[in-house]
Amino acid sequence: MAAFINGIGLISPQQTTDPAMFLPEVMEYTADFLHAINPNYKKFINPIEARRMSRLIKMGITSAKIALADAGCQMPDAIITGTGLGSVEDTEKILSSMNAGEQLMSPTPFIQSTYNTISSQIAITLKCLNYNSTYVHRSFSFESALQDALLQFEEEVAATALVGGIDEMTDNHLQITRRAGHWKTLAVNNLQLLSYKTPGALAGEGAAYFLLENQPNSSTYGILKDAKTIYNLEGSANMEDVVATFLSANEMDINQLNAVILGYNGDIEFDRVYDRVGSGIFRQTQQLWYKHLCGEYYTSTGFALWLAANILKHQLIPASVKFNNLNSDKLQHILIYNQYRNTNHSLILLSNK
Amino acid sequence: MARGVVITGIGILSSIGRNLPETIESVLTSRSGIGTLQHLDSSHKDEFPFAEVPWSNAQLLELAQLTDPLGYSRNTLLGMIAAKEAFHHARLDQLPHLRTGLISATTVGGMDRCELYFNDFLTNDSKNQYIDVYDCADSTEKIADLLRIGDYVTTISTACSSAANALLLGARMIRSGRLDRVVAGGTEALTSFHVNGFSALKILDKMPCRPFDANRNGLTLGEGAAYLVLESEEAAHIGNRKIFAELVGYGNACEAFHQTASTPDGKGAFLAMERALKISGINALSVDYINAHGTGTDNNDIAEGLAIGRLFVEKIPDVSSTKPFTGHMTSAAGSAEAILSILCITERIILPNLNLENPMPELRFTPVPKLIRGIDVNVVMSNSFGFGGNNTSLIFQKPNHK
Repeated sequence: MAAFINGIGLISPQQTTDPAMFLPEVMEYTADFLHAINPNYKKFINPIEARRMSRLIKMGITSAKIALADAGCQMPDAIITGTGLGSVEDTEKILSSMNAGEQLMSPTPFIQSTYNTISSQIAITLKCLNYNSTYVHRSFSFESALQDALLQFEEEVAATALVGGIDEMTDNHLQITRRAGHWKTLAVNNLQLLSYKTPGALAGEGAAYFLLENQPNSSTYGILKDAKTIYNLEGSANMEDVVATFLSANEMDINQLNAVILGYNGDIEFDRVYDRVGSGIFRQTQQLWYKHLCGEYYTSTGFALWLAANILKHQLIPASVKFNNLNSDKLQHILIYNQYRNTNHSLILLSNK
Repeated sequence: MARGVVITGIGILSSIGRNLPETIESVLTSRSGIGTLQHLDSSHKDEFPFAEVPWSNAQLLELAQLTDPLGYSRNTLLGMIAAKEAFHHARLDQLPHLRTGLISATTVGGMDRCELYFNDFLTNDSKNQYIDVYDCADSTEKIADLLRIGDYVTTISTACSSAANALLLGARMIRSGRLDRVVAGGTEALTSFHVNGFSALKILDKMPCRPFDANRNGLTLGEGAAYLVLESEEAAHIGNRKIFAELVGYGNACEAFHQTASTPDGKGAFLAMERALKISGINALSVDYINAHGTGTDNNDIAEGLAIGRLFVEKIPDVSSTKPFTGHMTSAAGSAEAILSILCITERIILPNLNLENPMPELRFTPVPKLIRGIDVNVVMSNSFGFGGNNTSLIFQKPNHK
């Protein structure tokens, strides 16, 4: 069951909040992690309410509102969010006060640290009583949300679904997860990301919401055909076979793909997984990448889906995302292949309307 | 025609038992798991009662039969033990592989380790093996690895309705034909983090919780894990196994009212129950028992009680909250209470609403005060409501009941 992507709201380290613009220029950073560019939240959220909200909640509500306005939709039949970490800022606030031996006086950080607060706050803002859920599974979070929405369409219980992927990074969380080997140990230039050839990724953050609908409208970007997550249990997954089976389940083969977006994140150890498929099943396919623009985070495929949808709509591939020298005459089918640490792999397939 | 979904395996670990037989023994003797904290070092330990799982992490490691103790949160240990029980209860370890998924629910995830080692995480490398256990997916993936489930793996977090939503998604994945079997449920360990959070919200009762009592004064936090094996009817018929119940209805609604409070008339609760009835095709008159969310907070019980009264116009089923047994197991509550609801069908009982002295005068029903035995129970409803107004209702039916 396919779904039309009729509206997108994206807050990212690039200039992406205006749906009318498609990567007018690329933001270059030399940084420990790529910060999302905060839009003027006052334009989207009542300032009195905004004052109590942490940044992640504001990012979520704002990107959701942009997506709804872009699609001309007021009331979605479902709100489904993927977030790997929820509000890290609120969680750290509580842990720091506990560390200092203080009693928690205000319940606000606790409430906001609860993962489904983003989906709930969007529902409260819209007064939307419909299906509401939140997926919190590392780099499956956003894909699980997409799968749920596609299933809702198939069940014919929803005609529209607001689906998002959202995560934030903080200085403390970067420092902590760096100890576990997730990130590069020094600041790097994002546009030179692959030149370092060192372990660890460049971290990032972002919020992407999509208004999916069972029919097209004048603002349709493209069609979300399918999404799949692959848990690489005991290293048993052969991704070449998985990709071929996934495409054939969607009545396609590898030669029909006009581009594949790969999740290269600069980690020399795990980027090899992409090298293998890049010189294997995708060797004749135009390859693109995106994490030098947004960084690595559990729901970064929200950025990739924005990129793919805009490529289809504008029939244009920005030079900054090209990974190999192959080209394609037309842009009809795009596959997104992402993996994190060779454990959580995912595929998202889009087609032109 | 959507495929039927049945329950073939049950695993539960809570303050009232380390497995299903112990849990049945506790409910048949009306034994509550609420007491004082023995294992969690909380600044609120003398202030509130808790329904703590009465085993230390070292004992849980033994129960889980793990030799290497490093890198496991209490949350993960609870989840592994209960999920493994469900998996073996359904004898999935002895059957040929079919497409199998794991849908697990949690909200605090590995916070029980994170809150202990947060300072180490920030300042030194001594506890690095616990850094990656902080997030919600860690327990899910360790359960997936243990049971070798790889066809579909995800984690849901919708606060106190999380595990009910895991069961809801599991049923949908099977009905649509995407999977044949799903191990679905939730796990949640008590942490200072959420004890402090609930305390700041001022919704913890200093006495063991008293759901639907006029003098109720808040909830009692519990912990544990509970998983069910869901299968398509075709898959369940392989291997001559027992079918405990059918999962026939589910409904989810968001109240869109307040982050931590229900509308006074329980609009979200009403919608979730109504949607579940509609999916099941079952008449409200046929529901024999409702395992209510019934937390014991002022707000939940009036909202839920009024919603039940409005939906079940002609006849209100027997109602009880089993939170005075298990405490509020938060993200595991939905699957734990689904299991207790199914036990009403299999054991031919209606579970009592313990600690009830003065029933709420505002409601059209009085919860069942004492265990009822030897009664035919065919259709049960289990309610789970969470922060953000995330309300989910599930309906189970006796196998082959028409």
